[in-house]
Amino acid sequence: MKKTKIFAAIGGVGIAVLAIFLIAADHIDSPSVAGTTTDIADLYAFEGSNADNTVLIATLQGPLAPGDVTNNASFDENVLLEFNIDNTGDFKEDLVIQAIKRGDSMYFFGPVAPETQGLSSTVATSGPKHSVKISTSSDVEVTDSDGMKFFAGPRRDGFFFDFNRFNQVIGGEVAPEGFLPPGEASDFFENVNVLAISVEVPNSMLGTAPPHVGGAVGIDGLPPAYNVWVSAKRRQ
Amino acid sequence: MKIYKLSMVFIAMCASLLFVQCSDDDDNVIDIQTCNDGIQNGSETGIDCGGTACEPCAEGEINFSGTYMQEDIMGRPGINTVFSGTDEVKNNFNTTTVTDRADFTPIFENTLETYHDVYAESLGLDPEEVNYVPNILGLDATTFATVLAQFDALQVAPNAQTVYFDPSTGVALTGRNINDDVIDISLILMFGGGDLNNLNFDGTDGSPLLISDSVGFGDRQVVDFPYLETPN
Repeated sequence: MKKTKIFAAIGGVGIAVLAIFLIAADHIDSPSVAGTTTDIADLYAFEGSNADNTVLIATLQGPLAPGDVTNNASFDENVLLEFNIDNTGDFKEDLVIQAIKRGDSMYFFGPVAPETQGLSSTVATSGPKHSVKISTSSDVEVTDSDGMKFFAGPRRDGFFFDFNRFNQVIGGEVAPEGFLPPGEASDFFENVNVLAISVEVPNSMLGTAPPHVGGAVGIDGLPPAYNVWVSAKRRQ
Repeated sequence: MKIYKLSMVFIAMCASLLFVQCSDDDDNVIDIQTCNDGIQNGSETGIDCGGTACEPCAEGEINFSGTYMQEDIMGRPGINTVFSGTDEVKNNFNTTTVTDRADFTPIFENTLETYHDVYAESLGLDPEEVNYVPNILGLDATTFATVLAQFDALQVAPNAQTVYFDPSTGVALTGRNINDDVIDISLILMFGGGDLNNLNFDGTDGSPLLISDSVGFGDRQVVDFPYLETPN
């Protein structure tokens, strides 16, 4: 970009602002959610060990230090976590899988068409309903029912990133080297935990996948694919 | 006449079976109720509670009423934290839907170019000479920013390899595995330019290393469901 535009845009703040831009995958990604029970850390979506299934994993409230911080972390009964699945290609959720805590269990609804699309939701109690007792570090509970699997509880953060060095790199503080070489770099997330919600669902419950969105921007040859995102919503 | 007969048969079947649900949706017909199977079945009024066989449901356990408003959202890793730039934009991003992100495209493009300029400045180079180069997906800056802002979801292929990017097969954007190095992939898309076999900023020949943070999955293990390991 042209220099004049850049400095017009960032004014006198410049590099100092950039140094604090970058944090992680989605961990503590904005001031409004950092440190709250709606703060999403990560989203994973991949083929299960059963190739007919898709696995959806959302992690929350990371990073959690091992020990008491992890053991005392808990899901919030006022927070509805939604896996959103667009199977028509318009980036609006056609199906949701919802998770919400009640008592010592996590309740799951869906896959089901949501009552409303967008920023507000109600719990889709008309949809398929399952539950799993919320796990602890030592007591792992899994529900395996109707071809689906469910889990909720603390797990090791799977995300890996030399985030301290990244901030220095982006801030221009470590030019001209940039990132550290292997062996010198360190993974900030290596020894932290998150609260995880895992769902494994047969693809047959998710409808037919639409053409891959890559085709819309000239990336051809990619297989049909759902568009999947996760949202955390708080009871009003 | 035929419809009438079928209806009578259906009603008779319903009346004769105590625990079978009589609805068009027979996928969930379960005629044995148990109070610890994690689903609502038999005469239960909640999951594993109520009805004739189980303990009564506690009121708080089955009240799912209310309206819930979005506070956080995530599709691809790092989008909001890397590209939004300011606290205000980050907060706004988290309370928008995926389809309402047109305003974020120019912001994201600005941020992408600003990163290049900051590095150029720190190296004593002219920022006008150090710019984003169309990446290995062939996307120019505006298109790349559009994909990041307005198509921000994980694409997940139900009948193909699922991976964020696999250089060995060229398959991209079909999922995200636990051990996919999404940071390196993102850095390559931001700084690496268009030639996968000759990436920019690769740390060789005096070049800064900007396309890898040099950390990987480490001593983590890929495990079966729930796919993340026991906590530290």
